[in-house]
Order: sequence, then structure tokens, then C-alpha cells
Amino acid sequence: MKPIGILALQGDVEKHYKMIEKLGVRAIKARTPEDISSISALVIPGGESTTMGKLLDRFGILAPLREKIQQGFPVYGTCAGAILLAKNIENSEQLRIGTMDITVSRNAYGRQIESFETEITSPFFGDEAMTAVFIRAPIITAVKSHVEVLLSYENKAILVRQNNMLAGTFHPELTSDNRIHKYFVEHVVLKVKA
Amino acid sequence: MSEQSWTERQKSTFRSKIGLAEMLKGGVIMDVTTAEQAEIAEKAGAVAVMALERVPADIRVQGGVARMSDPQKIKEIQSAVSIPVMAKCRIGHFVEAQILEALGVDFIDESEVLTPADDLYHVDKHVFKVPFVCGCRDLGEALRRIGEGAAMIRTKGEAGSGNIIEAVRHMRTVIDGIRRLTVLSKEQLMSEAKNLGAPYELVLEVASTGKLPVPNFSAGGVATPADAALMLQLGAQAVFVGSGIFKSEDPFPRAKAIVEAAANYDKPEILAEISTGLGEPMAGLDLNKLDDKQRMALRGW
Repeated sequence: MKPIGILALQGDVEKHYKMIEKLGVRAIKARTPEDISSISALVIPGGESTTMGKLLDRFGILAPLREKIQQGFPVYGTCAGAILLAKNIENSEQLRIGTMDITVSRNAYGRQIESFETEITSPFFGDEAMTAVFIRAPIITAVKSHVEVLLSYENKAILVRQNNMLAGTFHPELTSDNRIHKYFVEHVVLKVKA
Repeated sequence: MSEQSWTERQKSTFRSKIGLAEMLKGGVIMDVTTAEQAEIAEKAGAVAVMALERVPADIRVQGGVARMSDPQKIKEIQSAVSIPVMAKCRIGHFVEAQILEALGVDFIDESEVLTPADDLYHVDKHVFKVPFVCGCRDLGEALRRIGEGAAMIRTKGEAGSGNIIEAVRHMRTVIDGIRRLTVLSKEQLMSEAKNLGAPYELVLEVASTGKLPVPNFSAGGVATPADAALMLQLGAQAVFVGSGIFKSEDPFPRAKAIVEAAANYDKPEILAEISTGLGEPMAGLDLNKLDDKQRMALRGW
């Protein structure tokens, strides 16, 4: 299998890189159109979505990446990554990939002092609770019916999947729990035809 | 998902504080004094803005006591942009810090750029909900600030100088200090902690991991895309740009170019392209002509 790319324009790239490597899958930091064509899937890290959107556009990655994702290329976006994947971003005209039928509201829990962690228990990832870290996180405020809600918190979707696209509003990469990355590799990357 | 459950929110954990610093990596944080400048910074691709009353170059020229910004200015900047807004408090001025926290700023910079309020003690940062960034010139200073609760460290450089030499010196000094710890034997580490004036537990941690426990950014003197790329190649994980943008001839293209340089810091062909035709950078200072009293980096300990 070709390596999995971590979009490395800005954000917590290193944390995702380590998560993927820990699963025994080769990872590379992807920054150019050439990098994007040499990977089997892409992780879009947390960071500043407006910055990443501009850099994607400026360096000619945005349009080809969007097309690739529309054709089934596996992608997992966390926080800023989820915002970039969303078709609708409330009160924002910012540049985006915009391939997922979800609506997000940015910084929806409030400013940094409202950032938080919580322990989530769900049959989705087995018996053991998972620590979910939310940093100036967005809220997924609406999903189309063909988008699968995998995890929720306070009755709002926090991890959603639409075929080859996985989006989460929290940061598993800030913990040592790699179950979400494992799900991405095993159930999205390996199941979707490359 | 009816069988799903969750616990109460735990806010302001050290992980959530460092988490925001992690999200800013690879980015550029820009000093702004007005909402208009903040909008320019956001449009150029800044990952955050630092709200302050005067940029360091002006503080240097105008003199007087430099304090926390007027809350009105901070509020205007907060409502103008969607990216994180940071603000500076004076070293040791925990009430300015309390006010900044009450205003909901996303990060507080306990900064040597402002006039220190206490010549003995820095702010106890653990008691705050908001994360702090602090400046340092060497590893000992970095670890003292982390010991007090800083969730991000930035090397000081010499603010408002437009001269990168101090930023380079401080980054190299911190990285040399880290490298040295990784090769010392266990029995040498207590003496080294004493020499550094740093908490022993943090010395042990750095010796075993080979890196600081929090993100390490660079500040003080960045004026060009090449300066930003230099600091990132030397090991900084993001850069603060103070006077370098809004004291230059044409701020927007320069701000945008510095953001692009941060994303391509190790790609000289791209750096060559984005460094072209940016107009005049800010006028710089020859630091050999500054005496110690004029050096902001010497504030804090």
C-alpha cells in the first residue's frame, strides 16, 4: 500500500504522523500536488482551517484534492480538517474542500477557556472509555441522511462518515488512544477502492 | 447510538492548554494593534493574532511604560476575526492576566516586550484557565516558565529590532541545552538542574525525550520570509512576527509571504518565488549599538 499522507501545511501534523506510524502503516507529510498523488489516503490535521484553506488554494492542491476525494480517495479530517471537508460552514465564506454533506459551526463551544476533555463510552469502539479532547472545536450542526453518525457527544455528532470521508471534531491524536485512526485505516482506507 | 455516554466537561486541563499550542504549529502569529490590522493578518493566513497597544518597534522608540492593551481594543479585535486572539500582560502582572482571562483571550503572552511589573516573580500560570506563552533565552529559563505553568515557550529574540541574530542565538542555545541533557548520565542531571536553575523533574523529562514538554516557537526579529524559514529550519515549531509586518512598506503581501514561507520553510525554490517583490522590510537595528538597558530580551529571568 502507498503511504498515508498527513497534510503538512500547518497544524498538529506530527501527532497524526505518530498515530499512523504506530499502527504499522507508513506515513508521509504531504505538502505538494506530487505528494498528494503518491499517497493512498490523507489525514487533515487540527490547526487553523482558514490558514490551511488559503495554503491549499495558493499551492494548487485544493481543486485536484477535491476532485480526488469526490472520486473516492479516503480522507480523515480532525477539527480544522472536518471544517475543510464540510460543504457548509456557518457564517463563513472561507476556502474549503467542501465535499461532505455536513454543516459545521466554528468555535461553537466558545473561546479557548471553554476547550475541554471528556470520557466517552460507546459500542462503536469497544468497552473501554475514550478521552476526547476538544480545542476551540466546531460543532456539526446538521448532516444529510446518507451521512453516518458514528459518535456523538451531548447529542451532537462528533464523528461522522460519508463513504470515503471521515470527519471528527475532537483530537484523538492528542491522546495515546489510536482506535479512531485504526478505524480509519481498517474500515475506510482498506475498504474503499484506492 | 443510544448506548453512548459521556462524562462532564473537564475544562482547562494542561492537555487542552498545550492542545491549542499544538494546533498553531507551522503557523505565523502576528502582532496587531487594531481590528483593521487583525483583519489583514487573518486574510494573509495568520493562525492567530497578538493584540497589543503598540508594536515593539514603537515601544522602543517612544519609551515610557508599556502595559496590557486597552480591553476595548482587544474586544474589537476579537469581534473582527475568527482566529485565536492572544494578548500580552507584563511580567509578573497577574491582575492584567486575570483581566485578559476575563476578556476571553485565547492565550496570554507574559511578555518582556512590556515593562515588567515584578522584578522577582513571574505569574503563577497554573492557577489560570487560559494558557500562557512565555519567552526564554536558554533552556533553564524555558523550564522555569514551564514549571510555572506555561503551555508554550517562545525564544525571545530581540523584539522590535528587525534583526534576527538574537532569535537565532536563543533558539540555538535552547536546542544545544536540550541536546546536552540527552547525553549526560543520570548522576549528572541533578547538578545540571542546579546549573540551569530548572526543576529537576523537567530536566529528567527533557533528558529522556530530547524535547521540551510544550511546543517551542520563535519570536523577536523576524522581518522577512527567509527569517521565518530560518527559525523553522533551526527547530522552531512556529513563528511570532511583531513589528516585521506592520512596520514594513506593504504589510499584506509581506504577511502572506511569511505565512507561505512557514509552510514551505525547507523548499528554497518556493521561498525564492514568494520572497520576490515584497517592497521594503522594516528598518532594522544594529544590536551592537544597543546597551543592555535597551534590550528587551534581558527582562525576565
